[in-house]
Amino acid sequence: MKKENKKTNIMDNFVDQINQNKKLKYALICLLLCVAIALPKIGLSSFIIRVFTMIALYAILGLSLNLITGYTGQVSIGHAGFCAIGGYTSALLNVHFGMTFIFSAICAMIVAGILGLLIGAPTLRLSGTYLTIATLGFGEIVRMMALNWDWLTGGALGVSGITRPVIFGFELTTFNGGLYYLVLVLLLLVSLAIYMIIRSKMGRAFMAIRDDELAATLMGINTTRYKITSFVISAMLTGLGGAFYVHMVRFIDPNTFNFDISILIISIVILGGMGTMKGIYLGAALLISFPECLRFASEYRFIIYGLILVLMMRFKPEGILGGQSKKPYKMPSGIEGDYQ
Amino acid sequence: MLKMQNIHTYYDNIHALKGINLNINKGEIVTLIGSNGAGKTTTLGTITGLLKPKEGKILYNDEDITCVQPGHIVKKGISLSPEGREVFPQLTVFDNLKLGAYTRSDKKEIDQSYEMVYELFPRLFERKTQIAKTLSGGEQQMLAIGRALMSKPEILLLDEPSLGLSPNLVLLIFELIKDINKLGMTILLVEQNAKMALKVADRGYVLETGKIIIEGNAKELLNDDRVKQAYLGNL
Repeated sequence: MKKENKKTNIMDNFVDQINQNKKLKYALICLLLCVAIALPKIGLSSFIIRVFTMIALYAILGLSLNLITGYTGQVSIGHAGFCAIGGYTSALLNVHFGMTFIFSAICAMIVAGILGLLIGAPTLRLSGTYLTIATLGFGEIVRMMALNWDWLTGGALGVSGITRPVIFGFELTTFNGGLYYLVLVLLLLVSLAIYMIIRSKMGRAFMAIRDDELAATLMGINTTRYKITSFVISAMLTGLGGAFYVHMVRFIDPNTFNFDISILIISIVILGGMGTMKGIYLGAALLISFPECLRFASEYRFIIYGLILVLMMRFKPEGILGGQSKKPYKMPSGIEGDYQ
Repeated sequence: MLKMQNIHTYYDNIHALKGINLNINKGEIVTLIGSNGAGKTTTLGTITGLLKPKEGKILYNDEDITCVQPGHIVKKGISLSPEGREVFPQLTVFDNLKLGAYTRSDKKEIDQSYEMVYELFPRLFERKTQIAKTLSGGEQQMLAIGRALMSKPEILLLDEPSLGLSPNLVLLIFELIKDINKLGMTILLVEQNAKMALKVADRGYVLETGKIIIEGNAKELLNDDRVKQAYLGNL
């Protein structure tokens, strides 16, 4: 156990170093971006590229859940429902009206946002676990509706024949790396949007609500409104993720986005570190690549997967990159020690 | 400046305030004392709009604010530093103060408020970028008061600022309350520590099970046996 602690300390130190040295931080971000852009060009098999695409997709889903759970402190366990709403909206608009990905994805975001508002407005007035339970039900309702509304969703047969995203007449596939670049662009846009939100006055209000709802009210923050705003934004971005997935696999049925997906997204957020952005990327990378790396263990791989999560909760419950820095506090310049 | 007229507040079936009449004039320090469960915190909650009274009126500068949302009350210039120093534990000291100024938008004036707070509490300046939950109890109390000042209130409501602090720090906090008052702020101080509170205050109200039983000049209350009775019962 001691050894384990030492290891996490090394990791913390490393993260501290990066955080303190701005130049190093930006250099690292640039480097990661370059690697991400170069990936399809270095002769990796299309299977590997697909895994990377999935990692980026789940990073989008994780980031959007992190906005409501990590930054605003409201737990949602029905985010797969919003994926499904986004996916079905985009798929049906594409199949029936021939809309291309960009427009159908925007519509998917809007529809997911409206449903987020419908779920959030009544439940977020209350503080506590009501949202968690409402979203749990919501995920199941969406699945049941998809299964039973044959006239709209095609029931258990699902919707097939969805076209691949086409941009400027160029069809994006896994083979030409187009889908990978598309999801990368989406991930960048989502990251940028969330970064701007949490740095703004609105983001500070979110975090105040997470830390202490009563005190936030006393600061003059309309807590209900901000909780709903955060939830709607989160639902919209999740809907975008769902729409992308549907255009990638070109098929959706009621089991595409089931409860397991909701739990996977939550696991990514918790494993990586709630309330951090870097943690979500890492969480998505680890949790999506684990099952692929462990394929040799065939049916035992999910046992190993579970074991890793349990160990992680034992040794670093705040998430791999979560929690506060353990560096001692440095006084601002001009202050001499020794008081009281 | 602030007037409560015959306020009745309920928690579901529990009749917590039974007709409170309270009057605060500009520039005063008024203290509200009483034993546990007397209704002190409920009174503050009713003023700030967290609780809605069933009966009665609250007038602020002759304006009825009885059923106004908490956010608008902060904007009008009434600010509460809550009991048990509820700072935002995961945010830095600076972000906590920034949130205190949430209802304001004039950047220049907000900067002046930072300066005022840092001048009153130099310790907060030293610990500007520290995470609030790592502060000591006294520092957190300073932060809670400083944060309440950031909304540039006309009336500052303090709910048990001495709660859980060492006697030394209690003295310091009460000195600071006087300093804040000298800056022209009106203060309503809710306290368990009746002696200290009456020493700094101009006027005092004694609350017992939802009713005001004594009111008057703080110096006179200090030697009033009825105050002792309110705390200890009939001995």
